[in-house]
Amino acid sequence: MALTLAQKIFQSHLRDEPFPGTKVLDIDVVMCHEITTPIAINDLVARGKDRVFDPEKIKVVIDHVTPAKDTKTAQQGKILRDWAKRQNIRDFFDIGRNGVCHALFPEQGFIRPGFTVIMGDSHTCTHGAFGAFAAGVGTTDLEVGILKGVCAFREPRTIRINISGKVPEGVYAKDIILRVIKKLTVKGATDCVIEFHGDVVKGMSMEGRMTLCNMAIEAGGTSGICMPDEVTADYLWPFISADYKNKMAAIEDFRKWWSDKGCEYIKIIDIDVTGMEPQVTSGFKPDEARNVSEMEGTPVDQIYIGSCTNGRIEDLRVAAGYLKGRKISPAVRGIVSPATTKVFREADEEGIIKIFMDAGFCVTNPTCGACLGMSNGVLAPGEVCASTTNRNFSGRMGRGGMVHLMSPAVAAVTAIEGKIADPRKFSKEAAQ
Amino acid sequence: MKKFGGKVLFLDRSDINTDEIIPARYLTEISKEALKPHMLEDLNLEGFSPMDASVRDAGVIVTRANFGCGSSREHAPWVFEVNNINVVIAVSFARIFRQNMFNCGMLAIELPEKTIDSLFALSDRGAEIIVDFNNDKLTVMTGKGRETFEYHISGFDKALVEAGGWVEFADARY
Repeated sequence: MALTLAQKIFQSHLRDEPFPGTKVLDIDVVMCHEITTPIAINDLVARGKDRVFDPEKIKVVIDHVTPAKDTKTAQQGKILRDWAKRQNIRDFFDIGRNGVCHALFPEQGFIRPGFTVIMGDSHTCTHGAFGAFAAGVGTTDLEVGILKGVCAFREPRTIRINISGKVPEGVYAKDIILRVIKKLTVKGATDCVIEFHGDVVKGMSMEGRMTLCNMAIEAGGTSGICMPDEVTADYLWPFISADYKNKMAAIEDFRKWWSDKGCEYIKIIDIDVTGMEPQVTSGFKPDEARNVSEMEGTPVDQIYIGSCTNGRIEDLRVAAGYLKGRKISPAVRGIVSPATTKVFREADEEGIIKIFMDAGFCVTNPTCGACLGMSNGVLAPGEVCASTTNRNFSGRMGRGGMVHLMSPAVAAVTAIEGKIADPRKFSKEAAQ
Repeated sequence: MKKFGGKVLFLDRSDINTDEIIPARYLTEISKEALKPHMLEDLNLEGFSPMDASVRDAGVIVTRANFGCGSSREHAPWVFEVNNINVVIAVSFARIFRQNMFNCGMLAIELPEKTIDSLFALSDRGAEIIVDFNNDKLTVMTGKGRETFEYHISGFDKALVEAGGWVEFADARY
């Protein structure tokens, strides 16, 4: 029988089917952060079950509010830190080496094709970029994952998105995924995984693919998925070189996970990006994307570049390309949060941090903070943020605040203009 | 098993997200009880006030499509649980929210859009819903009438509710 990638992973990881249609899977990686994990830890302790199924398969980071901003967030960090120590979890990332979970864990080589991954965080779907089944779950699922190494799912159905055409100047993975979500709507992929195919995806870096898969949840999707190929093998090579004779052997091995010809898709959507404009959201739902030409001139108060969607080195390079030799408008404030310590270091070595600072940006440490209005860039009521993040819900970045989602390119030129602007009207790297 | 039923809070909007149910600024709490005063604090719905008696006295929520979309935070079911709301009835749910409800031994009931329309048509301030869990039926009683509807939840979800949640179910089985 022809199977999708997700179906192959379900077959190979099936532990139990307690009821027809409910599949309990063995989990390869259980990832934890300080917002959703402490309550699970406290509950395990209260039940007298303070154990973990396998300390090697549990990855832990403090990323949402870091360094701690108050006593409560310090306590959350402490619960996680003490637990990681007590359970001999080696892969624990504290300040100095931490980063936004969905940027940090791939960077550490923890995700492989064919893996099952869960985390108490909805953007866990990001890791499907490696050909994995990666799903965001709640604290109870996380707790059972920690204790038993299993998680229950309904049989996945798959939506296939074919992305073809010539990617225009000024258009990036973020614009494409905003267009995809607009087509699917915010509930169009509920209980489905979204496979991304086509020449545009094949030509994308892992960073771009992660941006695509990251926002699968904004259409309700359980996991985004890309077929693992030579780009995946290149990215993972430092971590897998001992497992394979050569890179070709790894690529060949990855192919076993690919969706078979003739497998069942519940929906196939073709998107031609030729002539497409950069996208910007207008309302309070991620499916409300518009062409940048319709949004140009909209005033904003703050520009935020960062997050698990667009805080990777490639994103910072793009933004810096527009910011080099330019200043941001005095009418706005700019914040950039490199997504991980490694991204920060690379950006520093490449001179990108200096470009941001010369332009007038505030550079923060790696953290999720501003994206969900917890720290490091919370909006005041009535304020508007041009943001490279993933959610524009009402009040998301601060009560009474408004968010326009966009790519790092649009965010950078918006910072320069002080209102939403079109990157296609800017040359990269202005005169020195 | 939890108690299901009570006065109804009607939320007449689709795509109500978990940031609206419990804003991220309260995710620094490490007890469920601490969430209690902040239920639906940021809900974007005309005429809605989280301090209203109809909100404070509710035992059941009836709403439209894609309820609980967005973040994976289980704080959303928890804030309902600590406010004695153990049932949410909607046209559809976001996957993570729906699973979180059953994982906590709570009920997320999906009904066809037409049935939800008729629930809204019957709505008034004193509306109550009784849930007959064993027979998969619910009865709505309002000043405008009384009607019984059948619902369907999966065998797994029903077993989670009976077990008291996923931790209990999984611990006994795996």
